[in-house]
Amino acid sequence: MLTDLTIAQAADGLRKKDFSAVELTLAHTTAIEALNGRLNAYITPMPDKALDAATKADAALAVGEAPVLTGIPLGVKDLFCTDGVKTTAASKILANFIPPYESTVTAKLLKNGAIFLGKTNLDEFAMGSANLTSAFGEVENPWHRANDPSPLVPGGSSGGSAAAVAAHLAMGATGTDTGGSIRQPAAYCGIVGLKPTYGRCSRWGTIAFASSLDQAGPMTRTVEDAAIMLGAMAGHDPKDSTSANLPVPDYRAACGRSLKGLRVGIPAEYRASGMSEEILAVWQKGIDMLREAGCEIVDVSLPHTKYGLATYYIIAPAECSSNLARYDGVRFGVRAEGATSLDEMYEKTRHDGFGEEVRRRILVGTYVLSAGYYDAYYLKAQKVRTLIRRDFTEAFEKVDVLLTPTAPTAAFRRDEKPVDPVQMYLNDVFTVPASMAGQPGMSLPIGLDSQGLPLGLQLIGRHFDEETLIAVGSGLEKAAGFTARPDLRAGADA
Amino acid sequence: MSLDPATTRRIAKLARIGLDDQEIEAVRTQLGGILGWIEILDEVNVEGVPPMVGTAVNTALAPRVDAVTDGNCQDKVLSNAPDREGPFFTVPKVVE
Amino acid sequence: MTYTLEGNTGIWEIVVGLEVHAQVISQSKLFSGASTLFGGEPNSHVSLIDAGFPGMLPVINQECVRQAVRTGLGLKAHINLESRFDRKNYFYADLPTGYQISQFEHPIIGTGIVLIELSDGSTREIGITRLHLEQDAGKLMHDQDPKRSFVDLNRAGVALMEIVSEPDIRSPEEAGAYLRKLRQILRYLGTCDGNMEEGSMRADVNVSVRKAGEPFRTRCEIKNVNSIRFVMQAIEIEATRQIEIWEAGGEVDQETRLFDPNKGETRSLRSKEDAHDYRYFPDPDLLPLVIEQDWVDQLKQTLPELPDEKRARFQQEYGITAYDAGVLVAEQPTADFYERVAKGRDGKSASAWVTGDFFAALNRTGKSIEESPVSSENLGAMLDLIADGTINGKIAKDVLETMFETGEAPLEIVERKGLRQVTDTGALETAADDIITKHADKVAEYRGGKDKLFGFFVGQMMKATGGKANPAIVNDILRKKLDA
Repeated sequence: MLTDLTIAQAADGLRKKDFSAVELTLAHTTAIEALNGRLNAYITPMPDKALDAATKADAALAVGEAPVLTGIPLGVKDLFCTDGVKTTAASKILANFIPPYESTVTAKLLKNGAIFLGKTNLDEFAMGSANLTSAFGEVENPWHRANDPSPLVPGGSSGGSAAAVAAHLAMGATGTDTGGSIRQPAAYCGIVGLKPTYGRCSRWGTIAFASSLDQAGPMTRTVEDAAIMLGAMAGHDPKDSTSANLPVPDYRAACGRSLKGLRVGIPAEYRASGMSEEILAVWQKGIDMLREAGCEIVDVSLPHTKYGLATYYIIAPAECSSNLARYDGVRFGVRAEGATSLDEMYEKTRHDGFGEEVRRRILVGTYVLSAGYYDAYYLKAQKVRTLIRRDFTEAFEKVDVLLTPTAPTAAFRRDEKPVDPVQMYLNDVFTVPASMAGQPGMSLPIGLDSQGLPLGLQLIGRHFDEETLIAVGSGLEKAAGFTARPDLRAGADA
Repeated sequence: MSLDPATTRRIAKLARIGLDDQEIEAVRTQLGGILGWIEILDEVNVEGVPPMVGTAVNTALAPRVDAVTDGNCQDKVLSNAPDREGPFFTVPKVVE
Repeated sequence: MTYTLEGNTGIWEIVVGLEVHAQVISQSKLFSGASTLFGGEPNSHVSLIDAGFPGMLPVINQECVRQAVRTGLGLKAHINLESRFDRKNYFYADLPTGYQISQFEHPIIGTGIVLIELSDGSTREIGITRLHLEQDAGKLMHDQDPKRSFVDLNRAGVALMEIVSEPDIRSPEEAGAYLRKLRQILRYLGTCDGNMEEGSMRADVNVSVRKAGEPFRTRCEIKNVNSIRFVMQAIEIEATRQIEIWEAGGEVDQETRLFDPNKGETRSLRSKEDAHDYRYFPDPDLLPLVIEQDWVDQLKQTLPELPDEKRARFQQEYGITAYDAGVLVAEQPTADFYERVAKGRDGKSASAWVTGDFFAALNRTGKSIEESPVSSENLGAMLDLIADGTINGKIAKDVLETMFETGEAPLEIVERKGLRQVTDTGALETAADDIITKHADKVAEYRGGKDKLFGFFVGQMMKATGGKANPAIVNDILRKKLDA
């Protein structure tokens, strides 16, 4: 089936004229039509635009001057502004927002020939770890426990992208990662998710959650596909002052690179209590595979790991409380009706427009920045952040890459969602520290747990050394031979 | 860590999020829980540690040249306005 | 000279600090490429960045940084090679992002000095606490609709310099002198046009009062006063209000107030209790602003001569009085005009003509110096005609008059109207003889000891020659003939 191909295979097939971009796109739009009602992976499918673009892609392919992603159908997280296409951040407050501009990352993908199948679902404003906070409904994980059809969460916040890629409703998708929003759903859905170094991909035109943490990255079914997509997404953007002015390497060339002599760090602090035996086992499996491949396994310490989450839940809400102040019902978005004063208009608009979790984070952020609390919370968190970053700097003096689990559990059932928000936040415990330090990280599926659900491992690299992540990731991928596919996917029910 | 209702109300007001009494109470409890959990940071000795400002590996701003390269896009600026009058955005009357 | 206010309980001193918002002269905004031009179609000089659209990011304008550094140099201030931008968070309809990008903790410019001169000729140094860069807000209009206010974002994001003074000012006069001097420096530097009517320079005034020798008492901030005169009035009115409160046994509340020039009062805008909590924090969209000392040095070398230096040099180089030099340097175009006239000529005479007849004519015709029909070259040429004896001073006044009317060069006018000075001694002697004959009675009186009548004879000579006689020769001839 065309929807089963990887991006690399499809790019090859398109050039060999085994099939056309229209056929490839149609296979996906048909699958979306069949499955999106159930999975809710897309907020806004764009079949007509996709087919138009596919026709143009075929023309470009016929001429033979087609860039790498020409004719490849992708999903776009609905946090990237797309010119003339509704962009909601999965929030009621942006339910009608049509940006008159294209984000830098999606513009680069388009320039590289990509076809957009639609805007994928997410946690509202990317705040969440289970895709339960979207104003447009929950996303269902295409995987299910053996003998239990109950819907599982796909992880978050890029849950729609993860589910779409896992269910073959897209060959790849963009995600954004603030504290784990690419890596954790990738792990829950059994796919590859790569969060690049902070500054590698431009943030311009991507709706901000926490500016000092947000980073766009690819979500794909193979490491090679992630390398291909990242190559198209990355690069300096003068419109984003925090974007790094560095050349973009040939990431694909790093796939299959020899791992001999590479030093792989195993951070002691990640063996946190409460981690399941199964997660520990898959981690050990990963360690063994890398040792087998000629890597040197080194025990390292990241002593401030346990403070990562608390630090994150000060910094991210603080930034979000300010970033989301612009949603005030004046220039765009939905305004609450009937207010007679400016403040009443603000208060109603922001009460009705934001969901509970977003409101909660705005309030936490407002509190930690407010007079009298700034030093105790925000300034303190920034200092701890320095220590967390220092941990990584010191570890990377001894090793080339770190290997950890991506998440403490496999995907859980919707109805197992913890009531206490803090318990929910613990999902991000392994992904947050790398975000705080700006390190690149990648999650890839290694095996299945006893219930048949995918488990992922995370690789963390040096700043701007995504190549090592890709090299090690492709080695692990090969050794793991992960071929399992979710029960709900394109063609599976046919 | 527990928040009093007055502080909770003040924070909601600062954030311009209208909450009724019931919502204030729910938020007060949840915020209290989150802020209590955050107190784990009290354990960390940060004496002499500089705050990490920003995550970028670049160390300084790259300024742009002073030229008019943007604007003159009234249509775009106004295209999503929930309420407008001619070339203006509008808001409920502000008394100054 | 100390300024004080007298209350029922004695003498009160006032303490004033000023926060001046000066719009930076630049083509585009502080963080976007939209135009800074005043008076465009509503919401036309607005980029999606200025309007705070989702995902939009700020990029700093190099020219605004340069202008801030140049201003800092002009204020003899400390230049911070590393500064930072913070977000000041508050909600208002003219603030699209819900925060203003400003510099809170680490401003680009540190402490500096402004030297002011008072009417009695004394001078004082007013300390500058800091100068930082920040964004201007948009504009609200309230009169078009009964239920709605209208929002225009053309000014949103335009660069402002906030210049904060120390609480060194002790009288309305000093406040006025400070603002005038600051404006003069900004205009010399070309960093702000200083136009308070258009709002490109606004002042927030911090006022408190105290008895001599006391520490500072509670202050009030009067927001957004838009003329120097109003600043001076507001200070006096606010100080009087505070004295009344203290003397009645009350407490002055720290609060923000508004000056109403029509009613001649200040009134409360918001008190400390519902004061904003701005929740400043470093803007994560921006990195530290780092500048090089070499670049600062280069800017320093290319800084124009500033009013204080220019004034001292004028006194020294052209031998003019401190007062005249002060008048001439008040505006840079005037100083430049004067200097072109004075260069290579008698500086005192140039000063007398520029500040005298020339200014008077400008005033009378309501023209600025840039619009003057008389160029500095022509005024200089006129001075040359006086110096080489072609015309005398009295005729020169008429020539200048004509120059204002026609814009002609002075020599053309002199030739056309035949105004050359009469230096032909033969002709003048004949004229003198005629006058002596005609006024034999006056001659007798003069010779009888009425010396003052000499002026009468000079007048008769000038009348006879149409004012063109060389006064020195006339004197010689008359003395010779009358005293003989």
